[in-house]
Amino acid sequence: MVINPQKLFYQKVQVEDVPEILSETIEKGNVIDRLLYVNPVTGEKILHEDEVPFYKLQERIIFGSNGSIDPTSIEDYIAIGGYKALVKAIFDMSPEEIIDSVKRSGLRGRGGGGFPTGLKWESCRKAPGEPRYVICNADEGDPGAYMDRSLLEGNPHSVLEGMVIGAYAIGSNQGYVFVRKEYPLAVQNLRIALQQAEEYGLLGEDILGTDFDFSVKINRGGGAFVCGESSALMASLEGQPGEPRPKHIHTVISGLYDKPTNLNNVETWANVPVIIDKGDQWYAQLGTEGSKGTKIFSLVGKVNNTGLVEVPMGITLREIVYDIGGGIPGGKKFKAVQTGGPSGGCIPESLLDLPVDFDRLTEVGSMMGSGGMIVMDEGNCMVDVAKYFINFLRDESCGKCTSCREGTQRMYEILNDITEGRGKRGDVELLEELGWVVAEASLCALGGTAPNPVLSTIQYFRDEYEAHIEEKRCPAGVCKALIQYTIDPELCTACGRCRKACPSDAISGAKKVPHTIDQEKCIKCGMCVESCKFDAVKVQ
Amino acid sequence: MIEFTIDGVGVEAEEGTTILPVALENGFEIPHLCFHEEVSPYGACRLCLVEVERRGRRRLTASCTYPVLEGIQVFTDTEKVQRARRMIIELLLARCPDREALQELASQMGLEKPRFELRQEECILCGLCERVCREVVGANAISFFSRGYKKDVGPPFRDPKACIACGACVYVCPVDCIQMEETEEERTIVRWERALKMKKCTVCGRSFAPWYQVEYIKEKVKLPKDFLDVCPDCRG
Repeated sequence: MVINPQKLFYQKVQVEDVPEILSETIEKGNVIDRLLYVNPVTGEKILHEDEVPFYKLQERIIFGSNGSIDPTSIEDYIAIGGYKALVKAIFDMSPEEIIDSVKRSGLRGRGGGGFPTGLKWESCRKAPGEPRYVICNADEGDPGAYMDRSLLEGNPHSVLEGMVIGAYAIGSNQGYVFVRKEYPLAVQNLRIALQQAEEYGLLGEDILGTDFDFSVKINRGGGAFVCGESSALMASLEGQPGEPRPKHIHTVISGLYDKPTNLNNVETWANVPVIIDKGDQWYAQLGTEGSKGTKIFSLVGKVNNTGLVEVPMGITLREIVYDIGGGIPGGKKFKAVQTGGPSGGCIPESLLDLPVDFDRLTEVGSMMGSGGMIVMDEGNCMVDVAKYFINFLRDESCGKCTSCREGTQRMYEILNDITEGRGKRGDVELLEELGWVVAEASLCALGGTAPNPVLSTIQYFRDEYEAHIEEKRCPAGVCKALIQYTIDPELCTACGRCRKACPSDAISGAKKVPHTIDQEKCIKCGMCVESCKFDAVKVQ
Repeated sequence: MIEFTIDGVGVEAEEGTTILPVALENGFEIPHLCFHEEVSPYGACRLCLVEVERRGRRRLTASCTYPVLEGIQVFTDTEKVQRARRMIIELLLARCPDREALQELASQMGLEKPRFELRQEECILCGLCERVCREVVGANAISFFSRGYKKDVGPPFRDPKACIACGACVYVCPVDCIQMEETEEERTIVRWERALKMKKCTVCGRSFAPWYQVEYIKEKVKLPKDFLDVCPDCRG
């Protein structure tokens, strides 16, 4: 918790601590030492939130307010300056000026495409035809990514305000928020926000007393990753099956119901009020030449401090993993960081000093994507990681085009064979060839980027593939068919813990008799490793 | 009229058309499976891939769905196109190995045997059957269902009650996987398990159409009740 105004940071606070906090800190202004955060590296106690290493390098201009407001209270949002940008946009700026400002800010789409937002708005405004639609893409399908969820649940008004400003600039009176089915709390908080905004005259008819109308409907997805693709999303909104269509004619010209439609990601919309309120010049100071502003990442995996982090573009991957993330737990060695979800690639240690930037990440075979960042250590098998992602994609493929539907399935089959010891010489080359045709021939970006996790792991970790295929060995000790659990008789104390923990009765032994594992019965669950206090169970 | 080139040859076409039909009309051979001039293009099979150069950028794209645009350069047989086409046919053949149409295309490209484990499907999911049923006939009896490699096509919830057994899907299927069987008494569209009793002509006594289809047509076109009691031959 943070005590304001001194910004005193207390952690692991229990109910029993409350009386002391009230009497000592609130009344007398004293610091309660034992509730302070201790830096695990230096051992020093830290007083303020922004000095905690996890927060120090972050620049939480977009979702920093999540901690200080009640998301179901529009009054809270207004109290911290909310809707100021909307007032400025409607009364002090013309639609063209708003679009120019967004263009100058350098804001690029945060959903994965990275398309310049200002340009998109401009194309939509110029497109002939009425009505125009504005859509918020809250499908957020990347496994492990929950940035958009945190914004919709924690500060829905910030997204809504962006949409109203955008609708005003583009000339739209109808907006949709397409939320993935699995986010009921986001839908709930969004509903409350819509209702409150309407009550305050910030949404609906005659916004802020002008003749500008704009209303928003919420649509829930049906549980398909592919509906995060803009044309599939629009098909789904129309009640059609969620299949993408070729976008030679862009959706800004002909989108929902064949009308001009501007679709942006949740985080992109949340950036808009900040740009209008603080100005595009202020915003453009953050970030790099090609990637302005901040990005919220979902830092997960083998890292000490996991969670959502918002950093200025241009920060290096190393700073995120080590300075913010606190490095790899258990003293293990860093192996790779996967960015961009199933459309992205794995980045090895040699490239850790890469700055986080749309173009730099794409250059090395990965991509920014929507912000997923999965840290991996020596205990992760890169072939298994590739298999995980291609399995996800072949399951989520809409199945329309041959290259994606058949290609991802066949890539999965080959990877599965490799992880189960049936890899053949030539499999890696076949994966590369399949990867090429899936990427080049597919209709949409799902297929277009599907091979990335496979191809990037082949590029940087080819030796692991070769070990699986040539030696039938999994160097990381992960692929169950290729590993064996054995007990080192010199270390075994015959305590019997593993024997009791084994679910398939595969361990035999008695008091003072070193235990052994029957390989026929062993199901490779790893319970013995976990239960042994003497590190006597080895994986090879 | 839009003017552009295909393999260096100047062609022209009306705005709103796509590259493939224009190319075919002008004598260019581009293999295709899911395209048919009577229904909207879908872009599923990926066999009609060509390279299109526009504003200095080249990309591989399906010619059945790419709109004709002024000044574009289309290349139908580059190395990239050949490589992609070959792999697409290989993937399709691995899915449906006993379809003659696929075997023929494969041997034309010098492909003998796919490098993947053979599946035993018959349908290539081109969607022509469901498009002709929806856009031309209007019976809406079949559609796609499920997703990805589990995708299939057929009557919703496997209930073919909307099918009028007209045979349009049988006719349009590029790999002949929808069979129609007919006797004097009954016509069956085998794939959708739709069996319909035949209506007999009140003059010659021979059956000429499924009873349900006759009712459908009478309703759709607002014909008098007894109009289709007599077969086309006897109607004169």
